[in-house]
Amino acid sequence: MKNVIVYCEITEEGHVADVSLELLSKGRKLANEINTQLDAVIIGNNLKEIEKEVFPFGVDNIYIAEDKRLFPFSTLPHSNIVINLFKEIEPEIALFGATSVGRDLAPRVASALRCGLTADCTSLEIGSYEDNKSGQKYDKLLYQIRPAFGGNIIATIINPKTRPQMATVREGVMKKEIVATSYKGKVITLDIKKYFVDTDFVVEIIDRQIEAQKVNIKGAQIIVAGGYGIGSKENFNALYEFADAIGAEVGATRAAVDAGFAPHERQVGQTGVTVRPKLYIACGISGAVQHRAGMDQSSKIISINTDPEAPINAIADYVIIGNVMEVLPKMLNFYRKNSK
Amino acid sequence: MSFRIVVLAKQVPDTRNVGKDAMKADGTVNRAALPAIFNPEDLNALEMALQMKDKMKDAEVIIVTMGPARASEIIREAMYRGADAGYLLTDGKFAGSDTLATSYALSLAVKKLFPCDVIIAGRQAIDGDTAQVGPQTAEKLNIPQITYAEELLDINKSSLTIKRRLEGGTETVKSSLPVLITVHSSAPECRPRNAKLTMKYKHAKTVTEFQNEDSDYTLMRDTRPYLCISEWTVANLDADEKLLGLGGSPTKVKNIENVVLTHKDASILSSSDKDIDLLMKELIASHVIG
Repeated sequence: MKNVIVYCEITEEGHVADVSLELLSKGRKLANEINTQLDAVIIGNNLKEIEKEVFPFGVDNIYIAEDKRLFPFSTLPHSNIVINLFKEIEPEIALFGATSVGRDLAPRVASALRCGLTADCTSLEIGSYEDNKSGQKYDKLLYQIRPAFGGNIIATIINPKTRPQMATVREGVMKKEIVATSYKGKVITLDIKKYFVDTDFVVEIIDRQIEAQKVNIKGAQIIVAGGYGIGSKENFNALYEFADAIGAEVGATRAAVDAGFAPHERQVGQTGVTVRPKLYIACGISGAVQHRAGMDQSSKIISINTDPEAPINAIADYVIIGNVMEVLPKMLNFYRKNSK
Repeated sequence: MSFRIVVLAKQVPDTRNVGKDAMKADGTVNRAALPAIFNPEDLNALEMALQMKDKMKDAEVIIVTMGPARASEIIREAMYRGADAGYLLTDGKFAGSDTLATSYALSLAVKKLFPCDVIIAGRQAIDGDTAQVGPQTAEKLNIPQITYAEELLDINKSSLTIKRRLEGGTETVKSSLPVLITVHSSAPECRPRNAKLTMKYKHAKTVTEFQNEDSDYTLMRDTRPYLCISEWTVANLDADEKLLGLGGSPTKVKNIENVVLTHKDASILSSSDKDIDLLMKELIASHVIG
């Protein structure tokens, strides 16, 4: 049918995940540009009235596969449903969240369909392409744009020949936008027996310890983020102290997380969370592209760095040249003085 | 029959420590300025494989990597830490492979090593960060996959139990064998080199490397077959060349941009009391803070 389709992930609470709604919003725009419909596929258990959550995003067809064994997510049954559905409906573009589910599922699907897949896109656009070698022209291809090579370059990837054109996108990268609360599409219930076999449940889930998200840097209005330049886990305490005082959340770069200075759920950037706060205070962050991709939509950026040439300074509104361990206590001090 | 664990690993440029000279003036990557390292999460995978070997009788750990001739470095590195043998997939025809073409080549290599009980790899490589090769190899081998493994809980001849790291917590899963596992960076770090093994394997070489050696080395190699790191080309794998390299890769790079920053009109401040005081006043007055 040459439609755009989004794999909708189901949360622990039984709702469609934010990342999927964000992808539906992007998917709607892409579908409009290539003049086609937007589909969604939802796989899980107890999905009663789930379509009401997605129709307002402009979804024309919802494919629902429901079975008590289909939640929590398990690779083989979910991938076989998606693979067989895609063979049937032949989507033009297929989008997945770059989550632990999406990054487990999408590559397996792409491998089975022998089509291209681009991970962790930061932007998706429609455009044309001319193959210099063959001279062949392609219209309305999906440009899958992502940082590569440690974030030092931005690559535009295309899949000229294979379909669907598949991509994963992280939560927070695309904006969630409702098309119309009254938008109504069609619900198509899949006869699941045709899509997977009982032996697909070979990986048995014995135990799950999934906690509600404690840290919500995605929703924070102010983020005080630290990089490898902070130097130690102990030094990060200065960030927590300042963040507490001004009502902010603490974020971290991948390098800081890898070094054990901050927990993974605080990681901002291409391999972490994408944020758009009204103020982002970058402490000791040099500013690799992968990090900047996750925070450059912040309304205001302050960079505190001893290096005047740090790449992050180029996107900052205020650049403070200095040592974070000296500057932050001063900021806290003058915040207290001036806010009284 | 021994228990066979295959580790898929990659030698990568150290993109985590990119210096100012990492990019050339023309905007391309200056590979010479980046040291080649054992992909970090593949080291976590090697450790998990060695833990399996510790628990299983007659287990062998085989490392497989695809890359240029110098990638034999990580095979030796794995042997110093406890791997028993290594295979280097090297051929100009592999060049330019995307994840789909790479997983095709790797799956053919694993099939040649069948029967295997566990295939294990790092979650993703730091030069691409795609996390796709593991699941795609599992699909091509038509076996189940367990992604983001953090801890090996149990293993026996017929099944294994793994704790996985997900966004919001952990999940414990049990799978029959064979199975492919990808290992998360939160899994235990790899054990260091073992002095005895380092002595044993320091002369392990591929055929390409061996060609430049003298007759003394040939003599030593004849009596110690474990010093031979196998090299496999496209022909050894009986691969369909159309599915390899650039031609076998459905994804194409349309263009690459070096990231050029256009400077905002930033206010440059010092860390003096006066500057910080003014900044905080401004932020409070404009309701950005408070």
